[in-house]
Amino acid sequence: MTETASQIFINIGERTNVTGSAKFRNLIKAGDYDTAVDVARQQVENGAQIIDVNMDEGMLDGVEAMTTFLNLIAAEPDIARVPVMIDSSKWEVIEAGLKCVQGKAIVNSISLKEGEEQFFEQARKIMSYGAATVVMAFDEDGQADTAARKIEICTRAYKLLTEKVGFPPEDIIFDPNIFAVATGIEEHNNYAVDFIEACKAIRANLPHCHISGGLSNVSFSFRGNEIVRRAMHSVFLYHAIPAGLDMAIVNAGQLDIYDNIDPELREAVEDVILNRRDDATERLLDLAEQYRGQKGEVKKKDMSWREQPVEKRLEHALVHGITEFVVEDTEECRQRAERPLHVIEGPLMDGMNVVGDLFGAGKMFLPQVVKSARVMKAAVAHLTPFIEKEQKELGLDKVSNGKVVLATVKGDVHDIGKNIVGVVLGCNGYDIIDLGVMVPAEKILETAIEEKADMIGLSGLITPSLDEMVFVASEMQRQDIHLPLLIGGATTSPAHTAVKIDPAFPAAPVIHVSDASRAVGVVSAMMNDDDRETMWGTTKARYDRIRESRAGGPPTPRLPIEEAREKAFNATEPSAPAPTFTGVKTFDDVDLSELKDYIDWTPYFMSWDLAGRYPQILEDEKVGEAATDLWRDTQTMLQRLLGEGWFKPKAVIGFWEANREGDDIKLGNGETLHTLRQQMVKNNEKPNFALADFVAESGDHIGAFCVTSGAEADAISKEFKDKGDDYSAIMVQALADRFAEAMAEYMHEKVRKELWGYDPDEAYDSNDLIKEKYRGIRPAPGYPAQPDHTEKELIFKLLEAEERIGVSLTSSFAMSPAPSVSGLYFAHPDSAYFAVGRIERDQVEDYAKRKGWDQRTAERWLAPILNYDPFAVNTDEAA
Amino acid sequence: MSRQDLISKLEAKAKEEILILDGAMGTMLQKYDFSEEQFRGERFSDWESAVKGNNDLLNLTQPDAVRTIHSQFIEAGADIIETNTFSATTIAQGDYNMQDIAAEIAEAGAKLGREAADAADKPVGVLGAIGPTNKTLSLSPDVNNPGYREVTFDDVREAYLEQARAMAPHVDFFLIETIFDTLNAKAAIKAVMDFREESGEDIPVIISGTITDASGRTLSGQTAEAFWHSVRHAKPWAVGLNCALGAKLMRPHIAAISKVADTRVISYPNAGLPNEFGEYDETPDQTAAQLEEWAKSGLVNVLGGCCGTTPPHIEAIAKAVKGKAPREIPHPPRAMRLSGLEPFQLAS
Repeated sequence: MTETASQIFINIGERTNVTGSAKFRNLIKAGDYDTAVDVARQQVENGAQIIDVNMDEGMLDGVEAMTTFLNLIAAEPDIARVPVMIDSSKWEVIEAGLKCVQGKAIVNSISLKEGEEQFFEQARKIMSYGAATVVMAFDEDGQADTAARKIEICTRAYKLLTEKVGFPPEDIIFDPNIFAVATGIEEHNNYAVDFIEACKAIRANLPHCHISGGLSNVSFSFRGNEIVRRAMHSVFLYHAIPAGLDMAIVNAGQLDIYDNIDPELREAVEDVILNRRDDATERLLDLAEQYRGQKGEVKKKDMSWREQPVEKRLEHALVHGITEFVVEDTEECRQRAERPLHVIEGPLMDGMNVVGDLFGAGKMFLPQVVKSARVMKAAVAHLTPFIEKEQKELGLDKVSNGKVVLATVKGDVHDIGKNIVGVVLGCNGYDIIDLGVMVPAEKILETAIEEKADMIGLSGLITPSLDEMVFVASEMQRQDIHLPLLIGGATTSPAHTAVKIDPAFPAAPVIHVSDASRAVGVVSAMMNDDDRETMWGTTKARYDRIRESRAGGPPTPRLPIEEAREKAFNATEPSAPAPTFTGVKTFDDVDLSELKDYIDWTPYFMSWDLAGRYPQILEDEKVGEAATDLWRDTQTMLQRLLGEGWFKPKAVIGFWEANREGDDIKLGNGETLHTLRQQMVKNNEKPNFALADFVAESGDHIGAFCVTSGAEADAISKEFKDKGDDYSAIMVQALADRFAEAMAEYMHEKVRKELWGYDPDEAYDSNDLIKEKYRGIRPAPGYPAQPDHTEKELIFKLLEAEERIGVSLTSSFAMSPAPSVSGLYFAHPDSAYFAVGRIERDQVEDYAKRKGWDQRTAERWLAPILNYDPFAVNTDEAA
Repeated sequence: MSRQDLISKLEAKAKEEILILDGAMGTMLQKYDFSEEQFRGERFSDWESAVKGNNDLLNLTQPDAVRTIHSQFIEAGADIIETNTFSATTIAQGDYNMQDIAAEIAEAGAKLGREAADAADKPVGVLGAIGPTNKTLSLSPDVNNPGYREVTFDDVREAYLEQARAMAPHVDFFLIETIFDTLNAKAAIKAVMDFREESGEDIPVIISGTITDASGRTLSGQTAEAFWHSVRHAKPWAVGLNCALGAKLMRPHIAAISKVADTRVISYPNAGLPNEFGEYDETPDQTAAQLEEWAKSGLVNVLGGCCGTTPPHIEAIAKAVKGKAPREIPHPPRAMRLSGLEPFQLAS
């Protein structure tokens, strides 16, 4: 068959039908649902666009079988992707099926057999469940056989449905009954012709409806003769589709192409289907003898993945959720492995990591990941007896390495990660008490006490789970349950653990476990007194660093702004001699290879999520290999980049006379720069800084700059991306960012040595530059020393940055093109970077006045550093 | 004003401009930082289990806070507001052993929304919010037993029917929202239809799904378009997406629905993605700038905010889309539109 626009035809898979497939019937009767599900999968793989599910068999509880099977295929994304046809002659089975499908299904079928009242009721229910329906050409007088009867019943049903029930006509599929031909009974000879004629009239007169039928009926009299049956199906479709048949229940794997049928057979079949001669049946019967017993070609599944090495096969099985071969593949690995446990820690975990990566990249979705977890479980189940045997031999079976209570916290239902942790720990000889999902704190703690657990592991995937974990931790503190607490799951982070959970439970170690592969190391350390102290100590130190580096956290006492100002740093003398010029200059002749030496590579690795300082990172135990690979590729690209001059770095620099006025800086041209002052309570003698402090009250200067790698980077990156090379595309962008930073560093040096020239003899190497040993600073608005992004507006205006070097500001004050850096130059010998930190309402009011803003606008721009909640309502008033 | 008058007014307005929905009730309630005692109030002071975090219970114990938040959102520019009834079903309240008063909580929440709406000096519609519950009908909670289900379709439908009955006297619309699992939504739709049949009250329904992650699927695995095919029989007053994603990541999926849905399109994204602390950092202007582009591109008819959006966010969104034309409702050719996890279409 050739498909054309006007001859659309939909294959409905027929093999998951107990009335049509003996194999499927036996599987269902035997309760072998796993294999039954595979039948459905093969249908879809072979091209079924909808699958028909029918459980009408006297020995079966139809409602239960339908529910069980539909629930099972709902968990199989490669089956569930297509719509289901819920097929039964019993309404209660159909309704049970409709309660199992999240998609929009087709009901097969309803009819006027029992009269209009029941027909209406069922049609209304189908609408309320949201399904299309097949309507059989069947009425109170029986099933329609002639074309006239078929047309009459379908026309009546159409009118009733569309006019009385309001059923959408496009969701009506008529089944005008495909009956067997060539049965030897003369009245049957015209059945196929009747069907085809009826199709034409129905499609012509009843707008928007569709026509379907059970194709295998037509060849019923040739049971056992596959070749002839398939030829009959093909020929029937060849004629019925142009007449309006647009879907049919077929064996999707066994449809022959009309042109490929043996011409002699095809002609004989055509005579039968089209009822072209009186002896058509006899002639086909004679011819059919030649084909008896031959099997048609069965379409083969693509099994090429089975030829790969066993590790790859396991990965394939995990990614695609195929359990079929997992036991034999796992066994093959086990025989090769030194210890059965190594199979889990090696190939199986590797495969699960691939699954994790694909999920993270949005290339797999949750139901698929759940399937992967099932394959993993099957593999582990196979290995467990071997692991137990090994432990027995080693005399370890009586000894538990430790007991861990695992739970997904209250309010959260996600447990895949937790299950994997449980499996991995179980395989390492730990006793796991898995409390499941949605577990309240009381239950977790009670169980831990009753079972004398050694530690507790909490998991969660959604954000409210974070608060629940804090609650569990605080309850452990309150109830003196001093067990180590392990934290894991997708939304958890070292930062949240450090800032929120760890402080709630100082009495015992709280350890964030970033993925399942680390769980064993952490748990074994917690079981050993020395190791526990060491790990607790290093983790605490790490948390301290995280806490320190974060501006967040709860409000802390602040100085009133007037008091903070009294503690200001005062630049009594102008910071430096006057610069070599005032006003603005452009620089666009910088050599890329010269800039290269100014690059700080540590942030470059960070942009690839590789944590560590360059160059030590290349030797790092964990990420060293990845970092080295990246470094090599980067060097290759860098050479091309320099050789072909990909980027056109530019800078604009300006200097102006400047005087401090309170917390503002007044420029010689009448403009004002605004700065913010630290309000934290300091226990030492250090001043409460504002950037204005580094400018003297008279006779001083300030500088500003904007540098960019240019707009070229984006275009080059896009070229790579369009070619499908995302890796290079990202690398270009990351390098453009580095060159912009390098340009900023390079220009700052030039400013210190020549342009402002306050330190002409400075001699630092690039490492010193990175450590910012030099005199003077170049802070940027939006960074800790001046968190207000809007201050960029004036800087850009003064520098004429857009006109001179093509860098503009977006409405949210981001720079475009993105690889750009801007900021101010301060030359004062005591100038240093600092963080303004959180500020109080009094400074916000004052700042708003200075900027000409209202309070709300100021709070919006300063939202990240407010030490108060601008929307907080006094609860006493509200209650 | 009768419900019908109010809906007519909103429909007339929706022809001229983009309607504004409110922001996140939960985010605003969190700012009150209510203690366990405040959640309990006097009435539940000796309740058997902890109730902190049961935001819907505040309809009974801290009604003034709920009413105040509604008023703040109305003042910020909301034309329609959502009742604080996301979890007011017997199933979701079971977490707190409060299934027996689920209907009371739902009714109280609906009433608070009505009071706030009636106190406004403009027509404000009240949407009776119907959340997804904490059980899924399409997924098994047991990895080893994929055919298992914790609840049945009829359990879920009955829970929703009870909630719908309780809210009906006070609301103008039902809002079936944050749909992780379309089968739960189909149970809710069935419940709303059952309610129509038993009461004769034709309260329109708005449906909003949730694309949960980078795969572009609902939690139960459907694409946005497949989801639309699954719920289209409800003939919703509006359909769209909310929660889980910020505007940036939600855009392609709302665009997919916008293209095919022959009804109004509603969208209320989160204020970006949560940071490491589960907090939302996107500022009102950032959210509004993205939604302004949606409005310019003709993607939506109703805009609001989900997690992390405050009255200033709603004010900024309202300001940003003011004067911009709403999306024109398309009339795609008639076709049989089915779905599994993916959409299926057969032209007539």
